[in-house]
Amino acid sequence: MKARNLLLIGYVVFLMLPLYWLLNMSFKTNEEILGAFTLFPQDFTLDNYRVILTDASWYMGYVNSMIYVTLNTLISLTVALPAAYAFSRYTFVGDKHLFFWLLTNRMAPPAVFLLPFFQLYSSIGLFDTHIAVALAHCLFNVPLSVWILEGFMAGVPKEIDETAFLDGYSFPRFFLTIFIPLIRSGIGVTAFFCFMFSWVELLLARTLTSVDAKPIAAVMTRTVSASGMDWGVLAAAGTLTILPGALVIWFVRNHIAKGFALGRV
Amino acid sequence: MKKIENNRAWFLVVPVFVLVAFSAIVPLMTVVNYSVQDIFDADTRVFVGSEWYREILRDDGLQQALLRQFVFSFAILLIEIPLGIAIALAMPRRGARASLTLVVLALPLLIPWNVVGTIWQIFGRADIGLGGVLVTRLGIDYNYAANPIDAWATVLVMDVWHWTSLVALLCFSGLRAIPDAYFQAARIDGASNWAVFRFVQLPKLKNVLLISVLLRFMDSFMIYSEPFVLTGGGPGNSTTFLSQSLARLAVGQFDLGPAAAFSLIYFLIILLFCWLFFTTMMQLGRGPRP
Repeated sequence: MKARNLLLIGYVVFLMLPLYWLLNMSFKTNEEILGAFTLFPQDFTLDNYRVILTDASWYMGYVNSMIYVTLNTLISLTVALPAAYAFSRYTFVGDKHLFFWLLTNRMAPPAVFLLPFFQLYSSIGLFDTHIAVALAHCLFNVPLSVWILEGFMAGVPKEIDETAFLDGYSFPRFFLTIFIPLIRSGIGVTAFFCFMFSWVELLLARTLTSVDAKPIAAVMTRTVSASGMDWGVLAAAGTLTILPGALVIWFVRNHIAKGFALGRV
Repeated sequence: MKKIENNRAWFLVVPVFVLVAFSAIVPLMTVVNYSVQDIFDADTRVFVGSEWYREILRDDGLQQALLRQFVFSFAILLIEIPLGIAIALAMPRRGARASLTLVVLALPLLIPWNVVGTIWQIFGRADIGLGGVLVTRLGIDYNYAANPIDAWATVLVMDVWHWTSLVALLCFSGLRAIPDAYFQAARIDGASNWAVFRFVQLPKLKNVLLISVLLRFMDSFMIYSEPFVLTGGGPGNSTTFLSQSLARLAVGQFDLGPAAAFSLIYFLIILLFCWLFFTTMMQLGRGPRP
């Protein structure tokens, strides 16, 4: 038992140290960061955060990311819910092939789609819009949503559907008023995963935007190379990108393990 | 659950099909199209057949990137899968402490990938980073920006930091699904801890382990942002993996033909390995025991 606890504590410390260091640096001035090695900020300052929260080119990055992540989550859930129901309840011509094909898109390296995406979205006039990034992220989020939701739906007994249909429910009414409430934890977990994978992806988001929809992660990379390193601001920006994830994760904490197993445990 | 045969279910799947086809088939066909042509400008293009494929397969730089990619992905699997299982076994199973551990473990997964690179870029620096300073104090001459071995070690540790939680969370959910009666029965039989793990827990983990091996292999094979921010692929080309070579070729040099051929080969390798993993693990699962 002791060895187990030591392993767990050791691992948690290993996870926390880099995060602590980021947080620590975000409260320091650049002089302190470069001048002295200190475990706690000696000259505690909120200036780094002030820079980000008052400069539109910084904080609009967060707004842009939030917009396309939300759009992507809504689109993914809307199309994935009926599809997952179909996969969990029916067999139909080509269902297995379709499912595997969906999964292959989750496996496709985004780098492969970089150039064609750029040209596709430029040619239909969606370049540098939030919807372009949201649609591009559907490439991996929709298959993932179908996968997770199918796992959760398979856990709902089929008798519930049959009873509802015998009682004269139409399919849309049954689906919206009975079935969806039954798998709401599954929907929450799926939404969380869409949020997560859209939030952390940079390559496509950066390629498909230039000014108006530029994500925060891309704003950060640009600042890294500009006029030396502003470590303090960089650390503050990094800390702020962790916050949204840390907040939403609290809401799904009891379902997250099942979600990571794609509902299949 | 027995499923009903009903071809009208296609109507429910059509939205997904259309949406993913728009994001997948159109770009994929564009890539196939590029990979067999030499494109000078919008109006001048020549069909070159398999020339780009031959060129890519012979290219030394890309072969080395491929080799590095394999070494990296297998090293990642070798470290993260056992470590993830061990952590899952050590996690508290219920209550507030379990929730808290889950949240803490999931934290690295929610950080944008280039920020992960930034965190380690700062953390690993020998002058201002806690990690770099600690290693230097131990008497090791450490500089990830100049020494290829240090760069490799840093990228590996960073990936372990970033993704082992995924394996641990998957295994944790697998372990939690095992009924308590199994453990009681094992205790009555006087089974050792190892025997419980080998014959009760491990078989039950088969599905989640399959998912974690697949996900970890696929995602480590596509790794881009983290090493890009941390080392920029250097020193030299020592941490340039496949995605980065591809991005350089496609966006940096704008060599559309070779980049497209490269993309397709890359995609096929991933598909092949996922299929291999999938079938072998399914075979293992069937095994000699009933």
